[in-house]
Parts: sequence; C-alpha cells; structure tokens
Amino acid sequence: MDLQRRGLVRWLAAALALALWPQGGFAQQADSPVTGPDDPRWQAIVQQARGQTVYFNAWGGSDRINDYIAWAAGRAEDLYGLAVVHVRVGDISEVVSRVLAERTAGRSAGGSVDLMWINGENFAAMRENGLLGEPFTHLLPSFRYVDTEARPTTVVDFGVPTDGLESPWGMAQLVFLYDTARTSEPPRSIPALLDWAAAHPGRFAYPQPPDFHGSTFLKQALIALVDDPAVLQRPVDEADFAAVTAPLWGYLDALHPNLWRGGAVFPQAGPQLIGLLDDGEIDIAFNFNPSEASAAIASGQLPDTVRTYVLEGGTLANSHFLAIPFNANARAGALVFADFLLSPEAQLRKMDPQVWGDPTVLAYDRLPGDWRVRFQALPLGIATLSADDLGTPLMEPHPSWMTALEAEWQRRYGS
Amino acid sequence: MAAPLRELRNGAPARRGWLALVPWATLAVFLGPVVLGLIGTLLPAFGILPALGGTGLTLTAWERLAAAPGLAGSLWLSVSTGVASTLLSLAIALAVLAAGYGTRPFAWVERLLAPLLAIPHAALALGLAFLLAASGWGVRLLHGLGGLAGADVFALPPLHAPLQDPDGIALTLGLVVKETPFLVLMGLAGLGQVNAARSLAAARALGYGRMTAWAKVVLPQLYPQIRLPLYAVLAFSLSVVDMALILGPGTPPPLAVQVLRWFNDPDLSLRFVASAGACLQLALVVGLIGLWRLAEMAAARLLRPWLTSGRRGTSGVLGRTAGVLGWAAVAGTSAAGMLAMAVWSVARRWRFPDLLPGELTLDTWARGLALLAGPLGATVLVAALASAIAVALSLGCLEYEDRAGIRPSTRALWLLYTPLLVPQIAFLFGIQVLLVLLRLDGTLAALVWSHLLFVLPYVFLTLSDPWRALDRRYARAALCLGVRPRTVFWRVKLPMLLRPILFAAAVGIAVSVAQYLPTLFAGAGRYATLTTEAVGQAAGGDRRTIGVAAVAQMAVPLLGFALALALPALAFRRRRGVA
Repeated sequence: MDLQRRGLVRWLAAALALALWPQGGFAQQADSPVTGPDDPRWQAIVQQARGQTVYFNAWGGSDRINDYIAWAAGRAEDLYGLAVVHVRVGDISEVVSRVLAERTAGRSAGGSVDLMWINGENFAAMRENGLLGEPFTHLLPSFRYVDTEARPTTVVDFGVPTDGLESPWGMAQLVFLYDTARTSEPPRSIPALLDWAAAHPGRFAYPQPPDFHGSTFLKQALIALVDDPAVLQRPVDEADFAAVTAPLWGYLDALHPNLWRGGAVFPQAGPQLIGLLDDGEIDIAFNFNPSEASAAIASGQLPDTVRTYVLEGGTLANSHFLAIPFNANARAGALVFADFLLSPEAQLRKMDPQVWGDPTVLAYDRLPGDWRVRFQALPLGIATLSADDLGTPLMEPHPSWMTALEAEWQRRYGS
Repeated sequence: MAAPLRELRNGAPARRGWLALVPWATLAVFLGPVVLGLIGTLLPAFGILPALGGTGLTLTAWERLAAAPGLAGSLWLSVSTGVASTLLSLAIALAVLAAGYGTRPFAWVERLLAPLLAIPHAALALGLAFLLAASGWGVRLLHGLGGLAGADVFALPPLHAPLQDPDGIALTLGLVVKETPFLVLMGLAGLGQVNAARSLAAARALGYGRMTAWAKVVLPQLYPQIRLPLYAVLAFSLSVVDMALILGPGTPPPLAVQVLRWFNDPDLSLRFVASAGACLQLALVVGLIGLWRLAEMAAARLLRPWLTSGRRGTSGVLGRTAGVLGWAAVAGTSAAGMLAMAVWSVARRWRFPDLLPGELTLDTWARGLALLAGPLGATVLVAALASAIAVALSLGCLEYEDRAGIRPSTRALWLLYTPLLVPQIAFLFGIQVLLVLLRLDGTLAALVWSHLLFVLPYVFLTLSDPWRALDRRYARAALCLGVRPRTVFWRVKLPMLLRPILFAAAVGIAVSVAQYLPTLFAGAGRYATLTTEAVGQAAGGDRRTIGVAAVAQMAVPLLGFALALALPALAFRRRRGVA
C-alpha cells in the first residue's frame, strides 16, 4: 500500500515536471534579470498567475498593516486577476513549522503557503534547511528599482546574502521614543542610558530576548560597548565570545535593577513598549519602524507629544522580505504579488504614516516618471525623523552573534 | 465508549445493529490520532525527523534538554501553579456547592455558570491582565480613591504589580477563575447522580451541621464523580499555554511555554529538544496525576476516623462564608475583566490614570467587524459542526448503553479523557504531519475533527449525567405501550432531555471557540477563527483591537448558551412540565 502510494506520487511528480517543462526551461536558460514588464518571461508568469489564489502568510498584529495588505490584495485582483488571501499569523515561525511539517510528510508541491513575510533568523533557518525554492528576484520587473547600493540590507539579510531567495519589502531602523511632556532630555547613547536609568529607576524596559526587539537592544548595546565592532561582522566562532561580550554583561548587570518592574519581568513582545509608554509605565521606548510613533499618534495609541531620536553613533538597520516556500502551490501568483508589493505605487502607499509608515526599499533616482517627486513630497508625520536625522545606519552583526547572545542572556537572566 | 472495555453484563444479549458501532467509531475517531500524534512527537525526541536530517536513534535531544538553562525553574513553576490552582479551584467549587446546594440563592450560582463557561481562556487572561497591571484598573481605582481622600497615590504607575510575577501568582489566579465554574458544573452533575439532597437531609436530621454533613456524607460520594474532570483540570493547568503567555512569568516560563518556544524557534534543530520537552511535559502530567491519586488514598485513610467519629460539628459559618466569597471573587473577576475588554473596544484614548476612556469611538468596531466577518463565519461553522457531531456521538453511545444494558467502566471513561489529559503540545505536531500525509490539512473536515477531540469529552461529560438521571420508568412505560425503542428515543427521551442536550451543545460550542493550537495546526492557515485572530491581535499590543477581538470571541459561546436556554422554553411553550 505504502509502496503503491509512493509509486503514484513519483508518477504524479514526473507528470507535473513534464507539464511545467517549458517554464523550467526558461529559468534554466536565462538567470539574467527580466528587462521590464514586457519581458516574455514575466508575461508568461503573469499569464499563468491569472485566476490563482495566493495564500500570503504574514504577521497580523497591526490594524494598519492588515488594512494595507487588504488594499494591496484588492489592487492585485484588479490588475492581474489574482486572489490574495492574507493568512494573519501571530508569529511567522508558526508558518516555518507548517512548511516543515509538509516537508516531513513529503509534500514537495501543492503546499499551503505561497508567500511569506520573513527576515533574519527565520530566513536563515529556512534557507539552511532547503525550505525555500529557486531564486526569484531576477524575475520581478520592479526589482530594478531596489536601492541595493545605498541600502545594502536589501540584499544581505542579517549578514546572510539573500541570493534572490527573498524580495525586499520594507526598511527598518531602530529609533527611540519619548514623551516630551514627561521627559525633556532623553539619553542619547548606551552609556548615557545607564546613568539615566539609575536616576529614573523603573522607567525603561526592553523586551525579553529572543523577542526580535529585545535581541536588537542587546546587539545595539554590544556595538556601543565593544572595543572593535568589526569583530561582530564575522562569525562568532572566530572571536573570543566571552571576552568580547564581557562589557555587555557588566552593563546589563548594572542596568537590570533599574529596569521596569526591577528587571524581574520583561515585556514579552516589542509592540508592548508602545502601550507601556502611553500608560506612563515607562518613559523611553524603542521601535524598529521610524514612522511607528507618527502612525501611533495618528491612530490614538500615543499622545501627540511623543517624539523619536536615534543614538549618537547611529542605530541598527535592516530590511524585511517576502519569500516563497519550496512547495508553494501558486508560485506564479506569489511572484506577481511580490512584484506588485515592490512597485512604486505599493511602496509609496506603504510609506505613508497615515496608512502604514514603513520606509521604502526603492531608490528614488531609479524611479520612472514623476514617482521620485511623489516620494519626496510625502509628509512623514510629526514624530518621524528625516533621512538625514536618522544618521548612519549600523549594519547588523553576523547572525551567529544573535543566537549566541540570546543563549547567554537566557543562561544569565532567563532562568 | 462502553463496548470496547465494557464490564461483564448480566442478562440476555441486547439488540445490536448499527448503534453498536457508535462507541467503536467514537473511540477510533478519538484515540487513533492522539496515539499517532504522540508517536510523531516521540520519534523526534529520540533523534528521528528525516526532514531535518535526523535518521538515527540518539539521546542528544535529551542531553540538550537536561542542559537547558532554567529547566528546573520551569518545571517547578508548572507544578506549583498547576497544583495550587487545581487545589484552590476545587476548594472554592466544593465550598460553594456545600454552602449553597439546594438553597434558593444558589439559583444565582447556576445562572452565572453559563456566561462564566462561555469566556474563552485567552480573553479572560487579557482582561485579567488589565486589572492587575501596574497601570491597570486596580491601580487606577486606588489612584481615584486616593484623590477623593486628598492624597496623591500612584501619580505614576507603581514599580511592582502582581502580573507575570516570578512565582506565577497571577497565572494561578487566572486558572482558578477559569476552572472553578467548570468544577462547579461537574459537581452539580455529580450531585444529581449521588442523590445528595436526601443524604444531606438524613445527616442534618441526625444533627450534623450543614458543612460537616457535607464533608462527611456528600463529599465521599461526590468525589469519585468529579475525579476525572478534576484530573482534566490538573492536566490543563499543568500544560496551559495561552493564559501562561499573558499572565505567567517569562524568566523562566512554565514548561509548556518553554516547549512551545523551542517548537517555534528559528533554529530548527531545537525541534528535537522541543519534542523531548513535550515528552517531559507528558511525563509531568502523568506523574502528577499519579501523585494526586496517591494523595487521595492517603487522605481517605487519614480522614476515616474523623468521618466516622460521630462529631456533629458546628454550622460551619466560616466555610460557608469562604465559599460564597470565593465564588463572588471568581465571578466578579471574570466580569470585571470582560468589562475592561469591552470598554477598551470603544476607547480611542484611555490614558493612565483615567478610570474611563477620555475619548470614545466606534471606529475599532467598524474596522474589526470588517476584518472579523470571515473568521466569525468560520468560527460558527466549525463550532456548530463539532458540537453537533459530538452531541450525536454522545447520544449514540448513551442510547447504546441503555439498550445494551451496560454502564461504561472507569477505564473506558479514562480513554474518553485522553485528549484532555495529554498536553496538546505533545501530539499536535505529530497530528499535523499526519494530516499533511493524508492530504487533509487545511480542510474543514480536519479542522472540525481536531476540535472534536476536545469538544467530545466535554459534551459527553455534560450530557451523560442528566441522561442517566432520567427516570427509566418513562422509557419502560412507553415500551409497555408497544412502541419501538427507536421511537422511545425520538419521542420520549429526546424531548424530555432537550434542555440538557442543548446545554451540552452550548458547552461544545464554547470549547470549540476557545481552541487555538488545534486550529493553527489543522487549519493550515486556510481557516482563521476569532481565536486565532485574537491571539494575532494580542501580538500587536493595541488593546483597543484586542478588546474587539476578545468581546467578539466571547459573543459566540454566549449566544450559544442563550439559545440553549431559550429554545426549550420556545419549543415547549404548551408543555410547561417538560421545559
């Protein structure tokens, strides 16, 4: 019975491979980027995508983001006859788990996930375990506009080259938030933060690693405290972890008694900091979206006296991406939707703090027509820093550092 | 349920036919997948998970698990919160039953049961969190009261708050609030079985005080009736995830939360450790249930002299007061928590230390309803199907019992309870792989069935006691009038039991609506329910949207209970005695 079924699966796989042969042949012939929307390879994809249903698995914790994705789905239907279903998840790792279950059960086609919102560790894990398919960004006409030079994080995800396996969607840079009605002079460096916390006990918090924002705070502090930050760009094995990170643990030992709830309890997720700031439980918060404060003011989650700032010497920056699992059922549809999300139209709307406020990955000077002007004219909101004020973004350390920091943090403070 | 492990029956073999298959089918639907799911967890724990390159037997996962920092703390936290909350829930439930059963004010306890049971765990935890937080309603109230007295207390939120505390007190409290109503419900059903009113009257006539009479005469009869539900509560409290995430501490978290973190870690090699942790979680539950059983036996032996000493005791005012206060605290906390969620759902700005929102809006509801319309439909559909199937299967089993003249053995009931006793985290990944293999993942059938695993035990429990309590003489009289057994079932038993049947269906709906992990694992993202939405919203931290999701999540089971209470009255408006 089992053998028979396996035979059947093999037969089906062969039949499927035959059916897909012409398209596979194209990809084999030319790895060069498509020349534009008129490129026959792209036209074939658009043709194939018509009528497909794309299951887009993305974090669903924000009304604004959900509304934006709903708008994009509507546009994709109008433009390409594509049905996009936003599968709202609490944590994208749940989706990694599902793709893994499908692989465990041997399902190499017809998977339940077509496109997913991802970056960093999850991308590295999926890539390492072969859960992503073929490179695809060279097939997207809008990829030409991506600012791969000034924004190197659009092609290097936490130090790991994306190699076309994920398409950049938005930019993130760490900014700190404070309420000018309560705090006049926020601390503008990591050492200053320690002194400030000692003077204001209980008024600062960072989420518990391995929460994304919590781990980011560790890395930001480490970069500021380490003698030679260059060592962080190489894998952690090549460095003396204990010696390099000793200043960080000394710093945290001193900081923790003055944290929110005395450092005995940590917020469990990054967005919780916004609520704590609004409630007056803390005075300094931070977020990875430079426009988050403006957007939260617009939606009534923060008072309009909140402003943002970056630390002297810069803050961490990275990008977030869209990836297609190896067994996606509607790969063509996923490609078309990923391309639409990368288009100037979709990127401009995403950047509007009234809509979402997520910075674009596109380079203004590469954009056609009047798009450059429209991007430049977009009001970014009262609490959003200009590109100049955001200063020099810091590169993420090699991902192996994050894993090692999280494990050591867990050993010291998490148990 | 009964046939596979039935006890010896006396008398002639009963009429069989297709009805005899129902208990077997129920078991197959039930236990097969749990066992397969457990295998799917056990294998990775010993290094076998080909998709991640694990092909040989190793003990590496166990070594890594043993070396995991904080494991001892996690274990202790699970045990302390699980045992403390179960003991406390049991004490409050028994005290309120003892103080009130058979009295007129007790109608209030019964009336409150349905809405209390309807509140989903996650919604309750979110509401409770807002009551307990440093900037929550409790502190705001104190600030307001201080202001009335001219004192400026808590101008800023205090540094310490009883939420996510390292000892898990907030989590214990949340579990008590959620589990006490369930134990009261089960206690009520059990009391009907043991004829408590008569025993109590006899004991009172012999001069025993009310509480003493309860402890000495009713409790020894009642306890065996609620033992299994109690174990289910213990198992649930030991392995709860959603409430622990919101109310419990994080450094370290309870074991089940830690296991889920490993399952969800981007480092996929932690899957092996997670599987080993899930096995440990299972062992923890099994071990503690065993210990509990031993403690029961020890208590029975130690208390025997007291039970038979003949001392009449006093009126037990203290015990009665404690019962009433405990129940009031449980009901009051639930109500305040849900009210907080409802107020958040219409708030635009609600800053500390305001007792009520500064600005109100219906925008959140307008956006929420647009977003939740689809999930609402899916929630209702799945809950209705799972509940209907569970009621049908339970009725089939019970009717078979009647016709075959047997009663299920305790062991058979244990089987029924398996999905409630085994931690969800221990078998759901295995079930997910199984569903994908069968190409059933993301289908409505798979989703309904995964809910059925948890709905069926509760429905069977809620239904079996009133069913067995129905006076046999009605059926016998009908049979004597020459009616077929089938007609007796449809025309006599069903109408007479319509109220408990609908109540059981409502309980089933409430259980289905609350399922998070099964929906996630079986739904494959094709089905979003109000609960998956609520958890997703909770990740975003906007309490206004969380409020909408929580209220919507509670509305469905509440509507179910309202219908269950209203329909019989409507159906039997001309036959007052039945309704």
